[in-house]
Amino acid sequence: MEAVVVKGISKHYGKDRFVAVDNVSFTVNKGEIFGIIGPDGAGKTSLFRVLTTLLLPDGGEAMVDGLDVVKDFKQIRQTIGYMPGKFSLYQDLTVEENLNFFATVFKTTIKENYHLIKDIYVQLEPFKDRRAGKLSGGMKQKLALSCALIHKPTVLFLDEPTTGVDPVSRKEFWQMLKKLKNEGITILVSTPYMDEATLCDRIALMQKSEILAIETPQAIIDSFPKELYKAKSVSTPALLNDIKAWSDDIYAYPFGENVHFTFQKESINVEELRTYLYEKEHHNLEMEPDIPSIEDCFIHLLRA
Amino acid sequence: MKQFGAFVKKEFAHVFRDRRTLLILFGMPIMQILIFGFALSNEIKNTQLVVIDKAKDQASHKLINRIDASSYFEVSNIMLEEKDIEEVFEKGKLKLVLIIPAEFNLMLAHDKKASVQLIADASDPNTANLLKNYLAAILQDYQAELNGIGNGIGTESINIVPQTRMLYNPQLRSAHNFVPGVMALVLMLVCVMMTAITIVREKETGTMEVLLISPFKPWLVIIAKAVPYLVLSLVNVTTIVLLSVFVLQLPVNGSLFLLFAESTLFIITCLGIGIFISIKTNSQLIAMLISLIGMLLPTILFSGFMFPLENMPAVLQWIANIIPARWYYVIVKSVMIKGLGFSAIYLETLALVVIAAFFYALSIKNFKVRLA
Repeated sequence: MEAVVVKGISKHYGKDRFVAVDNVSFTVNKGEIFGIIGPDGAGKTSLFRVLTTLLLPDGGEAMVDGLDVVKDFKQIRQTIGYMPGKFSLYQDLTVEENLNFFATVFKTTIKENYHLIKDIYVQLEPFKDRRAGKLSGGMKQKLALSCALIHKPTVLFLDEPTTGVDPVSRKEFWQMLKKLKNEGITILVSTPYMDEATLCDRIALMQKSEILAIETPQAIIDSFPKELYKAKSVSTPALLNDIKAWSDDIYAYPFGENVHFTFQKESINVEELRTYLYEKEHHNLEMEPDIPSIEDCFIHLLRA
Repeated sequence: MKQFGAFVKKEFAHVFRDRRTLLILFGMPIMQILIFGFALSNEIKNTQLVVIDKAKDQASHKLINRIDASSYFEVSNIMLEEKDIEEVFEKGKLKLVLIIPAEFNLMLAHDKKASVQLIADASDPNTANLLKNYLAAILQDYQAELNGIGNGIGTESINIVPQTRMLYNPQLRSAHNFVPGVMALVLMLVCVMMTAITIVREKETGTMEVLLISPFKPWLVIIAKAVPYLVLSLVNVTTIVLLSVFVLQLPVNGSLFLLFAESTLFIITCLGIGIFISIKTNSQLIAMLISLIGMLLPTILFSGFMFPLENMPAVLQWIANIIPARWYYVIVKSVMIKGLGFSAIYLETLALVVIAAFFYALSIKNFKVRLA
């Protein structure tokens, strides 16, 4: 069963028809965590706003729960949950007041769906009389999720929920999503963080208004076409420059404190490169094959 | 309905937790009433008055003594020629000159009628007007006294006509009835600006996005946001009325119920404008600027509160007709000061209803259930 069906959705803005989403298609199955991974400005938020009926698409069609996002927007709004990228709760209301307000607006009570938000709310409880504006980033995010969940939506749209949240809170947040998935809620989540991609059931890599690939994270990694090497020495910038200078066939980029590189041709001898780098006085050089990550896949998809 | 209640409750929480807004909301009407009230109630005492007495007879002496005896004026000893009056005025030393014509006594005795000339420095119209009125009252008294004596002798009553010349500002207007003006101004500010800002704030912070995706009907969101400001504005009306009655001793001469009913209509009209602005704008700053420049300024200019409408060019008078405060100002003046009933103000009421209907219709037409 499909929870969300997107067929050739396009969205542009303004007089100069700036294209935000260009002919995007995908389907999300019921009870799936579907990630839309892409850098800032890729068009993730615009896509989400079209799917949540907040914006009209300029082309294509989309269905949420079998309902058309243009014609049946009223019914869709009854059933979905949406957490915008910006923290969008009332800063001057307390945690409890926010939750109560959204529960009432969605014609329910905190009690009724308490089981859904219990795990998060337990953490929020000590701060329930604190104003939402005075919460930490992670706490704000948890509160926003609670508010989006309070009416037990069938499909949950989370637009960059972990941006600006500390690593521990991010981890907890994703554990929450897994639990919600087990409750049968379909989750669409967008994120600029590549490491979160592997936590999704399936991901769509998005760049410059287009979707580059839709696969399970493992399938995307498996489809990485080349041998990947990682190299490390005292100075990463110098190492990167030297590797790039060695051959035109080599494609190298910084990756954390390492340099990742691939070859265009199979014929290149890694040992020759190692010798060359020793001559360039990279004495503490470590160089070995590496398993590609989602980010490596993304970088290569962008080059292709 | 429960949703609506929760919404209104939330809206009140916003207002009461924002100390600055609260201060503006309730402090402003009090401040304005007190400032306007005490600026205008300054009594004029012992003003220097120069009399050019061309008659120097019994009647003129009596009149001068009478003026000197009042607490308002002190007759100056300065000798002044008629041609020098303007020069003295220009120096700002003098506010009022009284010229008694030659053979004043004779005129009174024979013609039973005499004119005196009054020249006032009207660059400050309020003061000039007050002084003129005080002096006219003294002349009236004097006239009554003469008539009292004369009753035994002749049959015709004596008449002294003060001929007033207002220098520098011939179309003298007094900005008296400021309470209606302040009411119009305060309600305009609170209703238009605060409502516009509070709805736009939801757009700016992103909460509107969440509210739109909820079973709550979007237009109810807007009505729910307007309700608290209706209540708060009525509190303001009450404050202003109480202040004007007990502090300024300006009683409500007409029906209190009518005053509040008309105020409610005006508030609803202003809320409509505020809602319309909020629908059309996307940032609090722009909403505020439009409210201030688009509404507050025209309210001050065209309500008739500060500047008389009758003297404006026809085009501006036409513009004034679409300013709700212009009608409300007349309504409050009629009900509160003149003590008139509904029959006297039904046209003004109708004008407000039309303006309100116009803005609500426009708001409904322009209301967006989506973001862009």
